[in-house]
Amino acid sequence: MKAAFLPLGVLLLGAVVALAQADRSKARNAADSRFDYAELAKAPDKARGRRNPLAGDETAAAGGRKLFEQHCAECHGLTGEGGKKAPSLIVPEVQGATAGALFWVLTNGVVRRGMPVWSKLPEAQRWQLVRYLETLKLDTPPATEAK
Amino acid sequence: MVTYDHYLEEPGSLDVEYFSTLGAQRAGHDFHAGWLEFEYGATAWWTTELYLDGQTTFHDSTVFTGFRWENRFRLLQREHFINPVLYIEYEQISEADKIVKEVEGHDVEADHAVPNANARQGHNHELELKLLLSKNFSGWNVAVNPLATKPLLPSGPWEFGYAVGASRPLALKASAQKCNFCRENFSAGAEMYGGLGDTISPGLHETSHYLAAVAAWNLPSGWTFRVSPGFGLNDNSHRWLMRWGVAREFPGFGEALGKLLRGRQ
Repeated sequence: MKAAFLPLGVLLLGAVVALAQADRSKARNAADSRFDYAELAKAPDKARGRRNPLAGDETAAAGGRKLFEQHCAECHGLTGEGGKKAPSLIVPEVQGATAGALFWVLTNGVVRRGMPVWSKLPEAQRWQLVRYLETLKLDTPPATEAK
Repeated sequence: MVTYDHYLEEPGSLDVEYFSTLGAQRAGHDFHAGWLEFEYGATAWWTTELYLDGQTTFHDSTVFTGFRWENRFRLLQREHFINPVLYIEYEQISEADKIVKEVEGHDVEADHAVPNANARQGHNHELELKLLLSKNFSGWNVAVNPLATKPLLPSGPWEFGYAVGASRPLALKASAQKCNFCRENFSAGAEMYGGLGDTISPGLHETSHYLAAVAAWNLPSGWTFRVSPGFGLNDNSHRWLMRWGVAREFPGFGEALGKLLRGRQ
């Protein structure tokens, strides 16, 4: 009987550690957001110089907006204003970044700071997201009601 | 549905999933094995998951067969040519377990012919290690998962297995409109998995292997449906395994639970 409790105890301990780790990571992000933007500067020159192949595509931003609401708004807010878990995207660091640098950060994430890699989205969709990020401005009205 | 890519659950998100395997059994009764998964993104580099397994063997009985605790750790901070993730799983399951979530060692169809009353008397405590290697190109994800399992109680030799798979969304670019039936919400592919023997008797003899088609439908609302018809590739394999599953993602679960535990609004 005792043997049956051991794995359950380990499991419970794991669950507590997992929740605590998530909390710690969130607190660290809120306390020091410099790292979030510093990541943009880490993009290699080759990646930073890449041009958005959908730059001339008028529907790209609309698709990007849909993807943003689906995958990014949970942490970055519906209009990219930022939140407890992730920084604002309506700041000069982001708005002044090249399309290539934004694409690079999207692809690689900022794993140590809690942002997952988004290479699971096809390349075209990541470029659509970049296109949408470039349209974000401080006076952007809310995209839609939160689901 | 057997092969893993290198993507982890988003931090703070809980994925609740139900999956089942319907299997054809030559010497014995067909079965329907179901399992619940609770997948939680602890961080962007660590996903932890609890499985609760059970099965119904037709003309026999329905039994709970045990639990598994899986952890996946992203080894590299950024994307590389090949992306490795370390998978560590502890299993405490009875020998009546039939979810066939992986095939290892000398697992064969005949293992599942034992009546539930006898099979559930035997218990396995196992440690399972996998290296999840995955790469994207031209919209395709290709993944290779070598695996090694060590029976802890009762102790046994290391057992080996593999899973390889490739899948692709039906459309690479997202449409402008919100929709459930857009092509980008669907993905399809194929996978192959099987056993590679153990340290005492390595190789392909007395092993089983499967080839399966996989398809997924990801709805914007957070629901995902998956289906995978698979076929045995040799006489040691089940003739066919039909898998399907449904999953629902709850973003921000960790934050909500944290607030609840701390008693804050």
